[in-house]
Amino acid sequence: MTYILVLEQILNGLQLGVMLFLMAAGLTLVFGVMGLINLAHGSLYMVGAFAAAAVAGWTGSFLLALAASLAAAAAAGALMELVVIRRLYRRDHLDQVLATFALILIFSEGTRWLFGSFPLFLDVPAYLSGPVSLPGGIEYPLYRLTIILIGLAIAAGLFLLIARTRIGIQIRAGEADREMIAALGVDISKLYTLVFALGAALAGLAGALVGAIQSVQVGMGEPVLILAFVVIVIGGIGSIKGALAGALLVGMTDTLGGVFLPQLFTLFMDPASAASAGASLASMLIYILMAAILLVRPSGLYGGSA
Amino acid sequence: MMLTRESLLNWAMIAALLIVPLAAWSLDEPFIITLATKAAILALAGVGLNIALGLGGLISLGHAAFFGIGGYAMGILAAHAQNYEPLFEWPILFEGSNQMPLIWLVAVVFSALAALVIGALSLRTSGVYFIMITLAFGQMLYYFAISWSAYGGEDGLSIWVRNDFPGLNTLDPIQFFAIAYVILCLALVFAARLARSPFGLALAAARQNEDRVQAVGLTPFTLRLTAFVISGAITGLAGALFADLNRFVSPTMLSWHTSGEIMIFVILGGVGRLYGPVAGAALYIMLEHLLGGISDYWQIFLGVLLLLIVLFARGGLIGAIAGREKAHG
Repeated sequence: MTYILVLEQILNGLQLGVMLFLMAAGLTLVFGVMGLINLAHGSLYMVGAFAAAAVAGWTGSFLLALAASLAAAAAAGALMELVVIRRLYRRDHLDQVLATFALILIFSEGTRWLFGSFPLFLDVPAYLSGPVSLPGGIEYPLYRLTIILIGLAIAAGLFLLIARTRIGIQIRAGEADREMIAALGVDISKLYTLVFALGAALAGLAGALVGAIQSVQVGMGEPVLILAFVVIVIGGIGSIKGALAGALLVGMTDTLGGVFLPQLFTLFMDPASAASAGASLASMLIYILMAAILLVRPSGLYGGSA
Repeated sequence: MMLTRESLLNWAMIAALLIVPLAAWSLDEPFIITLATKAAILALAGVGLNIALGLGGLISLGHAAFFGIGGYAMGILAAHAQNYEPLFEWPILFEGSNQMPLIWLVAVVFSALAALVIGALSLRTSGVYFIMITLAFGQMLYYFAISWSAYGGEDGLSIWVRNDFPGLNTLDPIQFFAIAYVILCLALVFAARLARSPFGLALAAARQNEDRVQAVGLTPFTLRLTAFVISGAITGLAGALFADLNRFVSPTMLSWHTSGEIMIFVILGGVGRLYGPVAGAALYIMLEHLLGGISDYWQIFLGVLLLLIVLFARGGLIGAIAGREKAHG
């Protein structure tokens, strides 16, 4: 095992982490500001990926495809909020779970009806394909490196948005005291739609970016959604900082565990059973991590009271 | 017992669930019997979830874990028995089993143990954390089952012949239906008695006002954990039956869609209503059968229906017919 392999896997973990952050940021914002648990967030990820694949198919332009993923997911998110979600803010979590689960059924089957069951493919554009040499002699795919940089840039932008802008102040005020900011003359329902659409756009972008590495298919959002839940449980619900920390932790644990646990097991097992036992344990690793963090901090790393 | 409109409706439903397969049996329509069996088994899973959800107010999105553990208990025991490969040789030689009562016992014990561990960890939190954590643990078992190649991995495990029950021919659809139906009735009686027992009243009180329950000297955590374990055990038993119905178990039984579906049975019927899962599972099977015949995309209609019920008709089917009064939830 060389250090180049280790560095490469760390970059892969980082890439998974920043994509999870894009998903988790929207979820945690929506929960923090509106107090809503949204299972259909994975559907918005899927909408973004399908929009990107369709537009890339028509125009051949990857940049237009990314723009389409942002626009389509934001539009789908705003529509979802206006038609269904805003009726749920005053309801209990059970109603929110059920209604958003119903939305998943509608979005998934609707997409299957429109696009069919076969996966679509979104190609990495020529100018981003191929490897790039990094200092230290690592060859790393340029596209994955680009994803990492886009993700980190968006994370920085989101922190600035929330810490420095007027919208950000309103969002933070909304988390702290909903009645008060409505009393101060902020149009709260417009703010809610905006926050929801923002979260949706981030999820859609993540779907498009990852869609170029994996295939674009119905149900692609759900595994990511569940990882994003693990991320925000670890980070603390409602905290953007927690979402970033949780996302990087989960991304690293999942990637490094998947590669190195089977190798670790070969130290005291025969190779075949080490491979299967290592793979089994690696698939459970992030949940074990989550359980361990919950034992120490039941409301997550950066969470206040649950 | 006062005969309210709801209890009349309950009797009508439980009678209909018996009459429909009997009629199908006399008309030689085995497929209808199988549908009724499926409805009874899924209703049993819903009765299990309803103890945590309706009575305890615990929104578990991870009950597929127990359903799947029950399924795998059946699959593993029966696979070893049919292949004559001992499951373990120490301390005694055990070659697996194709006897339903033993399989059920193993399913109940293991799903209760899993519920104990998952519940003890998840119940440290509440609200939206609890939903996400139960979902995550359910998903953990799902991925574990996929990577567990010894028992089929992603492909699942098939059993050639349905397991035996002493004195019955389980391959005869109506006899297997009878088994599922009797277990469902027993579970309903158990759930009704549980709801009225001191434990059930304390559990419902913990849902309504945690502080007061603590003030009278009860521990909400223990009450909820007990309810969660009972709930998981019943859902696990349903899983063993479901796997036996299909003679097949796969990681799909553990996926979070299954958790969502079990929750849908409870909600379609009416949350907190004792017979809600029966109405919900029967309605679900009918919708699947009727709408599935019209369109491959029938789950769109299911989604719309579920959405309308959640937004506008929160009492579910029973609530719509029997009125909103007197749900125990």
